[in-house]
Amino acid sequence: MPEKTRDELVQIDFKPPEREWMDPAIDFEARRGTWSYPAAAKNLRYLGFPNPREWSPTDEDWQLPENWQQIIHDGLAERLNKYRSLKLFLDVCVRCGACADKCHFYLGSGDPKNMPVLRAELLRSVYRNDFTTAGRILGRIGGARKLTPAVLKEWFYYFYQCTECRRCSVFCPYGIDTAEITMLARELLNLVGLNINWVIEPVANCDRTGNHLGIQPHTFKDNIEFLVDELEDATGVRVDPSINRKGAELLFVVPSADYFAEPGIYTFMGYLLLLHALGVDYTLSAYASEGGNFGLFTSHDTIKRLNYKIYHEAKRLGVKWILGGECGHMWRVIHQYMDTMNGPADFLEPPVSPITGTAFTNAAATKMVHVCEFTADLIKHGKLRLDPARNDHLRVTFHDSCNPARAMGILEEPRYILRSVVNNFFEMPENTIREQTFCCGGGAGLGNDENMEMRLRGGLPRANAVRFVHEKHGVNRLACICAIDRAVLTTLMEYWVPEVDVSGVHELVGNALAIDGEKPRNTDLRGRPLAGGKGDADA
Amino acid sequence: MRVAWSFLLVVLLAAVAFFGADAGGQALFGVVLPYVAMVVFLVGIAARVLSWARSTVPFRIPTTCGQQRSLPWIKPASLDNPSTGRGAAARVLLEVFAFRSLFRNTRSELRPGGRFTFSPDKWLWAGALAFHYAFLVVFLRHYRFFAEPVPAVVRWIEGLDGFFQVGLPVVYLTDIVLVAALGFLLWRRLEDARLRYLSLHADYFPLALLLGIAVSGVLLRYFVRADVVRVKELAIGLVSLHPAVPQGISPLVFAHIFLVTVLIAYFPFSKLVHMAGVFLSPTRNLANDTRMRRHVNPWNPAIVGHTYAEWEHEFHDKLKASGIPLDEE
Repeated sequence: MPEKTRDELVQIDFKPPEREWMDPAIDFEARRGTWSYPAAAKNLRYLGFPNPREWSPTDEDWQLPENWQQIIHDGLAERLNKYRSLKLFLDVCVRCGACADKCHFYLGSGDPKNMPVLRAELLRSVYRNDFTTAGRILGRIGGARKLTPAVLKEWFYYFYQCTECRRCSVFCPYGIDTAEITMLARELLNLVGLNINWVIEPVANCDRTGNHLGIQPHTFKDNIEFLVDELEDATGVRVDPSINRKGAELLFVVPSADYFAEPGIYTFMGYLLLLHALGVDYTLSAYASEGGNFGLFTSHDTIKRLNYKIYHEAKRLGVKWILGGECGHMWRVIHQYMDTMNGPADFLEPPVSPITGTAFTNAAATKMVHVCEFTADLIKHGKLRLDPARNDHLRVTFHDSCNPARAMGILEEPRYILRSVVNNFFEMPENTIREQTFCCGGGAGLGNDENMEMRLRGGLPRANAVRFVHEKHGVNRLACICAIDRAVLTTLMEYWVPEVDVSGVHELVGNALAIDGEKPRNTDLRGRPLAGGKGDADA
Repeated sequence: MRVAWSFLLVVLLAAVAFFGADAGGQALFGVVLPYVAMVVFLVGIAARVLSWARSTVPFRIPTTCGQQRSLPWIKPASLDNPSTGRGAAARVLLEVFAFRSLFRNTRSELRPGGRFTFSPDKWLWAGALAFHYAFLVVFLRHYRFFAEPVPAVVRWIEGLDGFFQVGLPVVYLTDIVLVAALGFLLWRRLEDARLRYLSLHADYFPLALLLGIAVSGVLLRYFVRADVVRVKELAIGLVSLHPAVPQGISPLVFAHIFLVTVLIAYFPFSKLVHMAGVFLSPTRNLANDTRMRRHVNPWNPAIVGHTYAEWEHEFHDKLKASGIPLDEE
């Protein structure tokens, strides 16, 4: 927790500074709590990334390669040809300001360079200088800036202060997507060795062990067995998930946080219970043991490198298709990048639910189905015995995670599930949900402790909306379909709305699911007493 | 004081043409420069669009603003999250003709106690739409100078535009709307501290230029009363590629024409290229169908991740000890 109190943190000054934005000056020492530590050299070395060294943003000299300006110039030139998005977005912005107050970091910090338009101008001004005639001739009058060390330091600060949530892109009349700008700016920063450890270490781990957390296969198995025991304690039912089993019908890939830490583990227990109740023939993989992909926060090449494992493993195991757990950026990668990067998945079959026979035609090419799509279909076909009263100790609201909402559009499936498994469901205000949902403040690799003040600031709009439904409807549970959310929102709620817990949707499914051979359920999956049962719940 | 410089520049440009034409530069301002500007515009815009088109679209990255098409019983948002090319085309057209994304605009306010409120804010949408449509109608109305006889559709637009029959000559609604909308767009840029903070010369100059064009045009129609017959002679000469400069045209006409000339020549090098760019925006013009149909990246790099065999080799003993099946014993 930061030293600042809630009351201090909400004293947000939206008055822009006197100093013009084109004159950069970031005092990293004074801004501790709002930036992330650089990547450790060992991780960069493992990955073969440029310029591994130990350094700190508070250093005067960032130990850049001698020709760093040329490297970035050439990198930008290459990307302007490769990405129409980048070139167009740098050219067409009219600075109308519609995006300005849509960014959670701007709302929570009042820092004008967190307005998406100015975040993009940080790069755009250099683009003008290096690549446009008008910029070359007019210089500063034409909005052009040379790439100086101070400008580069500002890039590092602000492009690692964007969670790539795409909320601004919803409101932009030209669809300018700051996530795209940030992704490509981070690629440029990576070329000269400017990256943050909270991104690069998970990438290195994932490449080596199969998951961001660096969990090795024997520990993976131990973790799963521990959760199987816990689940048996809670339900009396012993499930039997297999690992790396050839010939299973489905490969099930989840974000690693789901089998590693609270509260994700309860979501994982929900998945296992569901798949067991239906007798689905599935396997987990200790090799492809990560659905998430921190490559998305590094570079397109890194996305591909990490994502490679999922199809590679599906092919090796000979499964028919792939089921994916609840995770936000994971689904951006699977939905918008996986098939393009690592497809075609012609060794898999078009996905069909083994229980209902429903063909998931929307996943016919990629052959990977979201677990909420899978479960919503089951409920619609009456394949689950559900007792929503087992969630009566909870008053639930739903947080649309950024990527599933704005890079996929999975809005109704989780809501349909929630309405089927809980009796008390309440929506947050309409400008804060669905495609207008607010980020948790810790996506895109920013969910680390040293960045805590900025996380809490960025999460303020989301926390505000939760507090609203907490006070109005007594909401005490924030459900979401993202592993980063489950980690980051938990901290956010502890700070802003401590009465509210965070969980995945399938934890609530697991609570409500009636299953053959279960013992009388007096507690939920967390071991908390149910409402009306032995010892009334605190709801 | 970026805004002051922009207006000063426009006044200077107008003055140069006004006095320049008066001093015998009619052919320069009436013929030579308009032709040059037209060539610059056509070549510049074509080059710009081609440069966008040359850049590839490696990934399908629509911003989804509604429910995806998934299960048959869930209604998809076919415009805000299109799953077909036709839906995506409709989305772009709504963006172009109705500024649909801008229509979503909200205004956030921080209330005491650290509470944010978000309320609909249609002013930017209304101001932008009013300006663009008024400008379009004024643009189309000017066709009367370039065609003899005046096409029926132009007369029809004029009739509608002057529907209220106020004043002599009849006041066109779009003239009022155009000036008012430009004034509003300028006012909001100056009034809102954060917009003022981020605005560049390149934001004020087009507004100043357009206001200069609109005001000089209004002067010519309602107050100075240009000799329209001679102006039309000049205009028809230009489009028929037989340029001639009739004598006795007011220098204010040349000031008006010169400002338009500057706008045309400036267009391809400015933010005004959003007019063409909006059609190509990858977050708007692509269908959200990447799981249904494979999108091909023309330069897909040959990257192979850490393979299973490498992984099994590294963790062989641990895998064996924990009883996880192996490919090789």
